[in-house]
Amino acid sequence: MFGWELPPFNSGGLGVACYGLSKSLSKNVDITFVLPRKVEVSADFLKLLFANNIKITTIDSPLRPYMTSHEYSRLEEDITMYGNDLFSEVKRYAMEARKIAQKEQFDIIHAHDWLSFEAGIAAKEVSGKPLIVQLHSTEYDRCGGENLNKAVYDIEKRGMEIADKVVGVSNLTKSIIQEHYGIPSEKVFAVHNRINADEYSDETNDRIFQIKKDGKRIVLFAGRITLQKGPEYFLQVAKRVLEYDQNVLFVMAGSGDMEYKIMDDAAVMGISDKVLFTGFLRGDELAHVYKMADIFVMPSVSEPFGIAALESMVHGTPVIISKQSGVSEIVQNALKVDFWDIDEMVNKILSVLSFPSLKQTLQENGRNEVGIFSWDMAADECLKLYRTLVN
Amino acid sequence: MYFQVHQPYRIKKYRIFDIGNNLNYFDANDHTDLNNRKVFHKVATKCYLPANKVFLELLKKYPEFKIAYSLSGVFLEQAQEFMPEVIESFQELVKTGRVEILSETYYHSLAFLYSVDEYKSQIKLHREKIEELFGVTPTVFRNTELIYNDWIGSIVESLGYKGILTEGADKILGWKSPNYLYKAHGTQDLKLLLKNYKLSDDVAFRFSEKSWKEHPLTVDKYAQWLNVPQGDVVNLFMDYETFGEHQWEDSGIFEFLKHFPGEILKNPHNHFITPTEAVATLPAVDELSIPYYISWADTERDLSAWMSNDIQKDAMGKLFQMEHEVLESDDPVLIHDWRKLTTSDHFYYMCTKWFSDGDVHKYFNPYETPYDAFIAFMNVVNDIRMRIAKNKEEKNGQAHSDQATHMAT
Repeated sequence: MFGWELPPFNSGGLGVACYGLSKSLSKNVDITFVLPRKVEVSADFLKLLFANNIKITTIDSPLRPYMTSHEYSRLEEDITMYGNDLFSEVKRYAMEARKIAQKEQFDIIHAHDWLSFEAGIAAKEVSGKPLIVQLHSTEYDRCGGENLNKAVYDIEKRGMEIADKVVGVSNLTKSIIQEHYGIPSEKVFAVHNRINADEYSDETNDRIFQIKKDGKRIVLFAGRITLQKGPEYFLQVAKRVLEYDQNVLFVMAGSGDMEYKIMDDAAVMGISDKVLFTGFLRGDELAHVYKMADIFVMPSVSEPFGIAALESMVHGTPVIISKQSGVSEIVQNALKVDFWDIDEMVNKILSVLSFPSLKQTLQENGRNEVGIFSWDMAADECLKLYRTLVN
Repeated sequence: MYFQVHQPYRIKKYRIFDIGNNLNYFDANDHTDLNNRKVFHKVATKCYLPANKVFLELLKKYPEFKIAYSLSGVFLEQAQEFMPEVIESFQELVKTGRVEILSETYYHSLAFLYSVDEYKSQIKLHREKIEELFGVTPTVFRNTELIYNDWIGSIVESLGYKGILTEGADKILGWKSPNYLYKAHGTQDLKLLLKNYKLSDDVAFRFSEKSWKEHPLTVDKYAQWLNVPQGDVVNLFMDYETFGEHQWEDSGIFEFLKHFPGEILKNPHNHFITPTEAVATLPAVDELSIPYYISWADTERDLSAWMSNDIQKDAMGKLFQMEHEVLESDDPVLIHDWRKLTTSDHFYYMCTKWFSDGDVHKYFNPYETPYDAFIAFMNVVNDIRMRIAKNKEEKNGQAHSDQATHMAT
């Protein structure tokens, strides 16, 4: 399995998904997980094999799984300082992958997201083993359909064409793969992300927070602050909600290329005292903001999946999710909106804040619904795919 | 045979911005199934008009044929507004003298859960509407969704009814048969007519289900089943939309219907009977006590479709908190709007158990989720609350100015 990150050193849902899926798969298959640099991961279920002799000459590897065109162009300038570029890094990862594939024993190659596709292809070439490529997001999602990075798109498309099977994390992603990459539908499968609900303790009492003691209510945004996630919509919603109710705080948990722009925008809109930025959070801190929040909003413009919504539900915080999201395909006990429908988001946020029975019902039903989820469900679907390739 | 005919006033996507600014709660004018006019047209074209035509032909062809309808007040009102020809076609049916109209609440409501006074008012309003449109006075009662318990029985008897329809639920019958009349426990002489759910649902739910082992259901097969059971009467109760809407025309449901009376009457022991005739002529073989609520909904056959989660209970509770203030307003439009909110369908749309209960609710839910139904409902409740406050202010203002005038003279 070729990936780019695993928790706790993840920058987003990709690492979480790779970890959860691999852990469940490892109950039935042996996995060799290849990462581009040596990291400390508590993943004892994996035979971790670090391709750390790839020379990523930075302290922070320039290779990150979530890359917008803008970031990428900025990155290119940085990289030239090292006499390198993103695509030659990808190629070098692929070359290392080729060596690993010659040494290791395996039956199937499974590569996650475009940065690892060349590695997957190389491994397939030397071993003749079947290749599955999995898309946790596509260039289409990251760019909101505009200013597509052609080089990234080409790698994604080539990977999917050469692969024996293509996995998207939702029906939404499956349809993007078919429509925008021209991959025939019989080759593409949707395997929805999940969450290991039983790993989250049910601490309902743990909900007294200093920040809320004067009756403040909290609306949460948790995710990368980048175009794809719709942070600008979140601000517009905040502005309108505050017209009705001044006693609401808007917490943005995450970082990203639009972080400073959004801070500026909030100031220009005159609501910077109501919009709080926590930076990137993980673990207990992230759990804390989920529990603190009265409602979680995910206004993503294009969201292949959206694991954060499942995390919120499992913490007992009701969610408003964009209809343009993979997660909305598998949860019922959520409020769903079009990402552009600011009025409807405002209507729903204010409803949850004003009707305790609504919050309560969403909370209970949401937790019950997600409570039966586990990564085993996704792993089972992957295993079925594996079997079709091995036999 | 009894058929339920009902259409609720569905609340449009009424948002927080509408509160205090928009008095029209039920006038969705879009392509969704919240558009009451659109839904009425669709159902009338697929079901009411063609089915009424078939029944009228059958009544003419077979002098022994008889049926009963329960027409909700909110259905009749929408028919008058959207398609008066639907009213006319029901009037023609009633004119045959072999079509009974049952009594129910005008608003197809669950008012009995919160206010017996309001419940009785709505029954009276319905009776007046039926008298006005059809010139008949109902004598047998049918409660919303066939909901029943002993207490309902005693209220209904106190209003002068001789019989009431309800579900022949296994849990209340045990080994007993639904094919007899029973005396309602706790009443003087109220008779229970129990739905034979097996034979009713064979048509209403299973008729076009290809995976059903009896599919396709032919008239002669069905007539044979009807000949088998022992008893005095087989009560076939179903939604009228069975014909043409739930079971589509291409399933052959209308053909089935056209041949049904003839096939039944081939057996000389069979005849058709209206609920009122059954109550007058058939004996009660035993007394039946039904201490808890039963209904004809879902597999549970209880109140859970309308009253099981917190949002349903909250919505209903908040609505009835306003009862007295609304009624004291003397504002007929406000009272009518408030009463339209008591219709059971609003609470059905808020049901969240349908995620596990199969897709029956989903099919009937015009909202994207039960939560959307709740949000629209509660926003309207808040608007009504503002109207009550405004009404009070105006009345006070009126009283003051009256007083001022009085003092001046």
